[in-house]
Amino acid sequence: MAEPPQVQVAGPSSGPVEGVVLHLDEPLSFWGGFDSASGEIIDRHHPQLGRSVAGRVLVMRTGRGSSSGSSVLLEAVRCGTAPAAIVMVEADAIVALGAIVADEFYGVALPVVLVSEAELAGLCTGIRVGIDRDGTVRTINAD
Amino acid sequence: MALHLTDEDARRLDGGDGPAIRLAMRVVVRLAEALGAEELLDISAAHVDSCMYHGRAPLEFAERLAADGATVVVPTTLNASSLDLLHPDLYRGDPEEGLLARRLMDAYVGMGCRPTWTCAPYQLEERPAFGEQIAWAESNAIAFANSVLGARTDRYGDFVDICAAVTGRAPAAGLHLDENRLATIVFRLGELTPELYTSSLLPQVLGTLVGSVVGNRVPVIDGVPDPPGEDWLKALGSAAASAGSVGMFHVVGATPEAPTLEVALGGRQPDEVVVVRSDDLRRTRDLLTTAVGSDLATVSLGTPHYSVAEIGRFVEALAGRNVHPAVDVYISTGRGVLDEVEDRGWAEGLRSAGVTIVTDTCTYVTPILRETSRPAMTDSAKWAYYAPGNLGVDVVLASTRECVESAVAGKVVLDDAIWTEGHFDG
Repeated sequence: MAEPPQVQVAGPSSGPVEGVVLHLDEPLSFWGGFDSASGEIIDRHHPQLGRSVAGRVLVMRTGRGSSSGSSVLLEAVRCGTAPAAIVMVEADAIVALGAIVADEFYGVALPVVLVSEAELAGLCTGIRVGIDRDGTVRTINAD
Repeated sequence: MALHLTDEDARRLDGGDGPAIRLAMRVVVRLAEALGAEELLDISAAHVDSCMYHGRAPLEFAERLAADGATVVVPTTLNASSLDLLHPDLYRGDPEEGLLARRLMDAYVGMGCRPTWTCAPYQLEERPAFGEQIAWAESNAIAFANSVLGARTDRYGDFVDICAAVTGRAPAAGLHLDENRLATIVFRLGELTPELYTSSLLPQVLGTLVGSVVGNRVPVIDGVPDPPGEDWLKALGSAAASAGSVGMFHVVGATPEAPTLEVALGGRQPDEVVVVRSDDLRRTRDLLTTAVGSDLATVSLGTPHYSVAEIGRFVEALAGRNVHPAVDVYISTGRGVLDEVEDRGWAEGLRSAGVTIVTDTCTYVTPILRETSRPAMTDSAKWAYYAPGNLGVDVVLASTRECVESAVAGKVVLDDAIWTEGHFDG
């Protein structure tokens, strides 16, 4: 088996996706950990409890938890509360599936890309990044 | 290396078998690409988690597939849903949302899935055999299928479960393949009190600890004294899969791909060895407890769905007593298990003792609890982890025995002797 590709789910063909990073200190289960109506993290044990992921470039090392995460992510896309992009180190089918079906079913491109551990560490909350269609994550503004 | 599709795969991907198969194949193929698969493989069974209601978008997806004529081509079971069809009065949610949840369930039954409505499909009579390639979703069921049955499924999410069921195909990736099933990290149990060894709490807190350390690596647990039974292994996998992204684990001497530590590791050295001590487990228990004091409104058991044996242990622990009138006690289980429990005469006894039996769904995924402003107690790490976020309820994680004693007493009663033998420091 080959290594999972850097581009798990491609972004829009119209151009890069830009957004402000929300770097999670622990992985998030979209089901049970996130509210698709509000876009907020509701996992009571999560260090970023209460933060909104809507429109952010969500950075987390791996996926976590429930298979239902795919459904909740798709519903978040429909509600406009989904992240703009998701950046991880490890491929995760549950996360990828939410984005794949968003593209297949609604034509909404929510890029999911993999980076190295070192690159992940550099993606701090608050910086603005662009994600190219080839999966490159570029820092636009470090403020 | 790129994904190689058979001519038949390619024909169906192009719409040769109609729009439903085309959509399903596209989801399977795109997931295969994301996972780095080189081909697809045939599956012989599926378990669909997508039947739990999470909003209109997943409903639209299911109804589109159903309207386009999708039908499962392998035996397919359905996960716990958002409604208890046998006890509909238990539902306290928004009626309109209830109707949408019902439409979702109907869509999956309409595609030929069996209305099993359980998150513990491994408790059904027919279950996958060792080595069988399957596509299961529901994180605890995935862990059980791989680890305890020795069947092979990757850690699937919603959508691909039904897409695999209607195409009969899945990515040849992840835990479907030999090389990804070997353990790379060892957890060794240190000295514990005899009470903790036999407590239902041990696999719950051990699984949580394992899941929070390993991420998506495959762990092997060594030093479990007596070969644990299926309920113990179910608890371990369920807790590990909600604390991390564990799709498979080994327990030396208990799970089929771990007759010895060496075999579980494939003859290689582990990347890491973690020694687990009583204090680590106690800390894990404490982290999952959000309530303080002894106030108790609810006891919720059966996550994942209680087996016949687990209900039997509850009946034994209750020992003919009634639960306290001020405490609501819920046991969630599959309708298949309920049939068996009815036949044994236990169900009537439980109801008259004040216990509410919930089927087809679970108390933390849908509004069932009468009281969420006061604390709930559970013997499930998974329930303890998710319920505070889902329901806004505060929770106490405890052993089944502690839950029973607390239900009878009408307040939280913990037995701290399981942590430190012969000395009470709680």
